[in-house]
Amino acid sequence: MPDNGQASDQIKLSCRNLWKVYGKDAASFFTGTDAPGDTAALARRIRETGHIVAACDVSFDVRVGEIFVIMGLSGSGKSTVVRCLSRLVEPTAGEVRLDGRNLLKASPDELIDIRRHKMGMVFQSFGLLPHLTVLDNVAFPLRLQGSSEGERHARARKMIELVGLKEREAAFPHQLSGGQQQRVGIARSLAVDPELWFLDEPFSALDPLIRRQMQDEFLRLQQLLRKSIVFITHDFLEALRIADRMAIMRDGRIVQMGAPADLVLNPADSYVAEFTSEVPRSRVLTSADAIDASLSVAADAPKIDGRVKLEDLLPELAARPAGLRVVDVAGNALGMVTPGSVIAVLADAKSQPNAA
Amino acid sequence: MQSHSQTLPSRRIGGDLVRGLDRQALVWLAITAFLLVSPGFNALLPWLKTYPAELVLPITPALNQFMSWFVDSFGFIFKGIAWLLQWPIAAVQAVLHWLPWPATISIVAMLAYRVSGWRLAAFSVVGMLYMVVVGFWIESMNTLSLVAISVPLSVAIGFLLGVAAYRWRAAERIIVPTLDFLQTVPTFAYLLPVIKLFGFGPVTGLITSLLYAFPAMVRNTQLGLKEVPEEVVESGRMSGATPRQLFWLVQVPAARRQIMLGINQTTMAALSMVIVASIIGGSADIGWAVLSTMRKASFGEAFLAGIVIALIAMIMDRITWAIAARDRAGDPPAQAALTRHRHLLIGLALVALFLLLAQVLPALAEWPRDWRFFPARSIDSAISTFIVAGKSWIELIKKAAFYFAMLPVRLGLEATVKPATWGFAWSTIHTVLYVLVLGGLAVYAARTWSLMAGIGIVIWSAVYFFGITNLPWLGLVALGTALAWKVGGRSLALGTGLGLVYLLVAGIWEYAILSIYLCGIAVLLSFLVGTALGIWAAHSPRVSHILRPINDTLQTMPLFVLLIPIVMIFKVGEFTALLAICLYAIVPAIRYSENALRSLSTEVVEAATCMGCTTRQLLFQVKLPLARPGLMLGLNQTIMYGISMLVITALVGTKELGQQVYVGLGNGDFGVGMVAGLGMAAIAMIADRLTQAWSRRQRAELGLG
Ligand SMILES: Nc1ncnc2c1ncn2[C@@H]1O[C@H](COP(=O)(O)OP(=O)(O)O)[C@@H](O)[C@H]1O
Ligand SMILES: [Mg+2]
Repeated sequence: MPDNGQASDQIKLSCRNLWKVYGKDAASFFTGTDAPGDTAALARRIRETGHIVAACDVSFDVRVGEIFVIMGLSGSGKSTVVRCLSRLVEPTAGEVRLDGRNLLKASPDELIDIRRHKMGMVFQSFGLLPHLTVLDNVAFPLRLQGSSEGERHARARKMIELVGLKEREAAFPHQLSGGQQQRVGIARSLAVDPELWFLDEPFSALDPLIRRQMQDEFLRLQQLLRKSIVFITHDFLEALRIADRMAIMRDGRIVQMGAPADLVLNPADSYVAEFTSEVPRSRVLTSADAIDASLSVAADAPKIDGRVKLEDLLPELAARPAGLRVVDVAGNALGMVTPGSVIAVLADAKSQPNAA
Repeated sequence: MQSHSQTLPSRRIGGDLVRGLDRQALVWLAITAFLLVSPGFNALLPWLKTYPAELVLPITPALNQFMSWFVDSFGFIFKGIAWLLQWPIAAVQAVLHWLPWPATISIVAMLAYRVSGWRLAAFSVVGMLYMVVVGFWIESMNTLSLVAISVPLSVAIGFLLGVAAYRWRAAERIIVPTLDFLQTVPTFAYLLPVIKLFGFGPVTGLITSLLYAFPAMVRNTQLGLKEVPEEVVESGRMSGATPRQLFWLVQVPAARRQIMLGINQTTMAALSMVIVASIIGGSADIGWAVLSTMRKASFGEAFLAGIVIALIAMIMDRITWAIAARDRAGDPPAQAALTRHRHLLIGLALVALFLLLAQVLPALAEWPRDWRFFPARSIDSAISTFIVAGKSWIELIKKAAFYFAMLPVRLGLEATVKPATWGFAWSTIHTVLYVLVLGGLAVYAARTWSLMAGIGIVIWSAVYFFGITNLPWLGLVALGTALAWKVGGRSLALGTGLGLVYLLVAGIWEYAILSIYLCGIAVLLSFLVGTALGIWAAHSPRVSHILRPINDTLQTMPLFVLLIPIVMIFKVGEFTALLAICLYAIVPAIRYSENALRSLSTEVVEAATCMGCTTRQLLFQVKLPLARPGLMLGLNQTIMYGISMLVITALVGTKELGQQVYVGLGNGDFGVGMVAGLGMAAIAMIADRLTQAWSRRQRAELGLG
């Protein structure tokens, strides 16, 4: 797996067979005795009775230090899933485990405690408190825990500096631009130094240019902080830029899950292919994906990191047509890439979606 | 089925006319025919015109009996409450009387400065100085002390109920309809049970004011909490807030602005009702000062006291409004505690200073009678001069309104048109002409627009010809019910029918018809003129700029202040009532129409402009049709304002339901007043639901959801 090596294999958050049904008798469909039979049939039956199936048998794991992206069109159930993970919304059925502990069994008090120390969340329309200044907004979670004013302001100032808003601490949310408001939202969600970080379409309300800038900023922060992240977006390119692994949702269910490159190379169905067809392959595939297995490793060839995207590999290859030696994070050789192998993988990728 | 017939107007065209008429149209035609024919039989069958007295149910005695039983059984509780409440009132009154007037003024001025700035502070100082100099200080303080107790109580009760309505559906289901009902009950009617239960005196003023004022707080609290964005609440929960923290640290502060607006509205309602309550007398407050002088026809004095009420209202409104508006900007947190409390300290210092000075200078403790500036005489004589000089004009306006609008609508053309009024006597020729012209118009309208337009014209001409009091009650009930059915479907029709039947069986039909007649003319006038002004204002920032403060002022005035200037010129009577209603009811007509036009989608307007619309076409063919739902809401509010003023105009001698309430109040006859008050509420509710349903329908037709 072309992992960037930041995430370990340890599982932080695990979500199993999660259902959320809206409607009068939602619970009646999950009385427990039923064997986990055909989920599609069950979903159809529930929908026929006028209920809304917002999440349908969703399962995935988030590893420690990983950015897990959930991508899907609006209404596909992304927000519902992330709210079930934080129990802002009660799941109708399923299991959510944080560090192996069942979150759905947590009492209200335990839940408050978990939210105070382990979780942070960023919202699409920021969710800032209109009556508090930037400083007080960021310090708000600490205030709820009863930490002293000096203590929490010191911590909040650090967070505000981290997101680059140092001069605006005394401003009120409505005096800030969208991008600045979301920086406040990010700083606030980080104030308690959570291990698990939820972001529900954090950049969707922003202009494209700002969005790009915020994504870079987000990646920089993650380099620094190494949180375990669930990131929601409806923008496929955004997902590709930041995901370690991603899941694509449609009508409440996950239709495909994997590393971005896997999805682009092997879309599971035409729905996923719809998204991937517009994506330039060179921007997704890495040098590791273009290794020509038939060549033996030439020890004297210049090294190239396996995570480098083909887009950035091309100029290097142009200078060294003989090929480059691909290495992993630890420096172990993985194989050779040549102009020929890159062209082959790009051409192959092009024809893939139609074949699928 | 109804809407089905609407979507297929083409069925009528070219087809067999009778076959094309659906059942609904037939019902309308039958009602219209009945309305037209029945007055001819009034002499023969008098019960057609007058609801038979034998069929009146004994609601009034039943209400009276119930009330005496209730007072006998539970009266002690209320007497106890009254006894308890008199102490805080007395305490606040004592403090306000003890404080030298400059000290009180300093406190208010500092508050005004703190929440708004020196302009409001200066306005407050000047306004309150007026109260001192004119010699109404004590009366003003008596009013203030009632308001000062009523407001915190209303705010507390309203807040709690608002939170309950927000939290629990069951609570909402009880609270909201109750508030809707309380809102339609005329102000005077509040006094009836309160007097019975709590007796006379300031406590009655306090309780009625409380009852009248708290609903605004409930509504605003509930609305504010509801409108806190979901994500803000979620962010609070994700920050690890306990339920209590979530409520007090997230939801309430985020809803603060709306809650503060609630306090503003509650304050104004409390003041308004304290003033109205002074008609029961004995409170020595400023409302009584106006009323007692108005009854003696010393309009100069009434006017001077009226200005005091207007000033109190404006100062209270501006200060509470400023508190609500200030909220967002907030104080920079850098401000140190000392500066934050500076105004408080200065205020306290001034109070201390004036307390000391008042020991030396008695004029500061109490403004000497001799120094009183009281130009009531000059005002009276100025008014007389004005009336004498403008007599011909005043008479002209009054007569024109009477002879050409009010009398025909009430009594019909035949009874109105006399050589003394119109200059000729009504004869068969005129009847024939009238029928031909308006009949032709109705047929033309039915052909070009719709059958309903034609029927509308026929009904209006019938009202004008026969007079609304001569139309058969049966026909009018049928008309109202059919209209409700058309606009809002079965349940609205049922409610409307029941409401109208209540007016009949309670034996107040005549009064109700007179209420509808007076209020109807006033509302129609206000709506037409107000909408025209609103349209003008929507197109001209200058007009809008001029109208806004006038509207603001009219809206903040306690209702019967508005009567004073009109009574001064036109004396008591129906015409004065009409003008007073118009003066108040025109405000929402202006506001809503301006707002409706301003909030139209600019894209549609631009698109129409690009298609080459002239300004006129743009207004009549694009903007007005699109603004219809907003205009309808304006009509709804115009009616509501009209009805609330209608009750107050009982003071100038009208003959409608409001007068019955007033009579009940004067005679201590709970039943009579209450029956009339409920009748008024029924009319208000019917009008409200009808216009709301109509507005919703139009929104749906325009696809606005
Ligand atoms: N409180 C609710 N009640 C009923 N249906 C809901 C509720 N919240 C969300 N839904 C429905 O669930 C589906 C998924 O919504 P959501 O999770 O918000 O989608 P996304 O975030 O992907 O746009 C939608 O069809 C939405 O209408
Ligand atoms: Mg969403």
